[in-house]
Amino acid sequence: MKRYTLLFSIALCLFSAPGALALSDAYKDNIYQTGKLKPVDSVLKVKVGDKALDFTLPSVSGKKISLKDYRGKKNVVLSFVPAAWTAVCSDQWPGYNIVQDIFEENAATLLGISVDNIPTLHSWTKQMGDLWFEVLSDFWPHGAVAEKFGILRSDGTAERAIFIIDKKGIIRHIDVHNINERPPLEGIVRELENLKD
Amino acid sequence: MLKKISIAAAIVFSICAFAIFAFAQKTPQAKDNFPEIELLKPADKTHLKYLGLSGSGTFTINQIKAQAVIVQIFSMYCPYCQADAPNVNRLYGLIEGNFRLKDKIKILGIGAGNTSFEVNTFKKRYKVEFPLIPDGDFKIHKILGEVRTPYFIVVTLKSSKKPQIIYSRLGAHDDIDAFLEEIVTLAGIK
Repeated sequence: MKRYTLLFSIALCLFSAPGALALSDAYKDNIYQTGKLKPVDSVLKVKVGDKALDFTLPSVSGKKISLKDYRGKKNVVLSFVPAAWTAVCSDQWPGYNIVQDIFEENAATLLGISVDNIPTLHSWTKQMGDLWFEVLSDFWPHGAVAEKFGILRSDGTAERAIFIIDKKGIIRHIDVHNINERPPLEGIVRELENLKD
Repeated sequence: MLKKISIAAAIVFSICAFAIFAFAQKTPQAKDNFPEIELLKPADKTHLKYLGLSGSGTFTINQIKAQAVIVQIFSMYCPYCQADAPNVNRLYGLIEGNFRLKDKIKILGIGAGNTSFEVNTFKKRYKVEFPLIPDGDFKIHKILGEVRTPYFIVVTLKSSKKPQIIYSRLGAHDDIDAFLEEIVTLAGIK
């Protein structure tokens, strides 16, 4: 009887899994469907109140971007996504692309980060339109920055995570989100507005 | 032992068959009835008035006072929907600016996977004047066949019949005037 209960549970789980995202026709049939993944598969190495470790990464724009470049100038939102050309990730940054004004009102900038290499990120982000923010490659040494923050998953991808770092370089907000879901925009906006307090 | 395995296989097969039937919704097609979906009434009074509704809570598409409704499935996170927003606004303007069509065709946007905040962000960014409804948990999107965005469904409303789909299309329209003309013809609007 226990065996039947187990089989019943497995079948039910398989078919009650949420549908894949990647809604936009911008990507046509080019999105790889990962299926439902373990929501979080890493252990954070930083906490709110810590000074953010500095890093320098290459950007799709051709620049080298260092976190310390923003010190004393802008709050920084780091948006780590797991992988290019996958479902939820492809439906995340294009939304941030239409709210540059919200970031500017809160003296903030956005840095998108993925463990993919520059050519892959170039092709992928071209589908999103002209992005106003820098997209950084944490490809080599593979996932080194994600590892520093404690968000490198066991399969070499990063978590879907948001870190908000204030002008003093202090981590003010961390959301290591369920990898299968997109963090709602209002969460980021609320935390940015909290920095004004 | 063999009997037990057979029973187990039969149970799993039945569950799978039920699950496929229950969860897999097909893409909306012309001549299908539009599913009876509970939609959240817009909080904005102007939008309620536009749809011919009142009060709060939910409504179904057949309660909209019109002969035809253009349902636009979009997402704030969809680059094509962002690029198409001015065209859909123009479509709204063409309808509202035409006394023959104004009260007969309405537009309703459904933000697939978008929260109220995200829908309002899209609305504000593109100055959308017609109502946009959030579908944060993808429930509506799932019922409508998990279509890619933007997606357009046109439904005719006749009091004696269930709302019927007369048009279904993935992707933006190159020619908004031609799209409107097609809807008017298909819906038989005089």
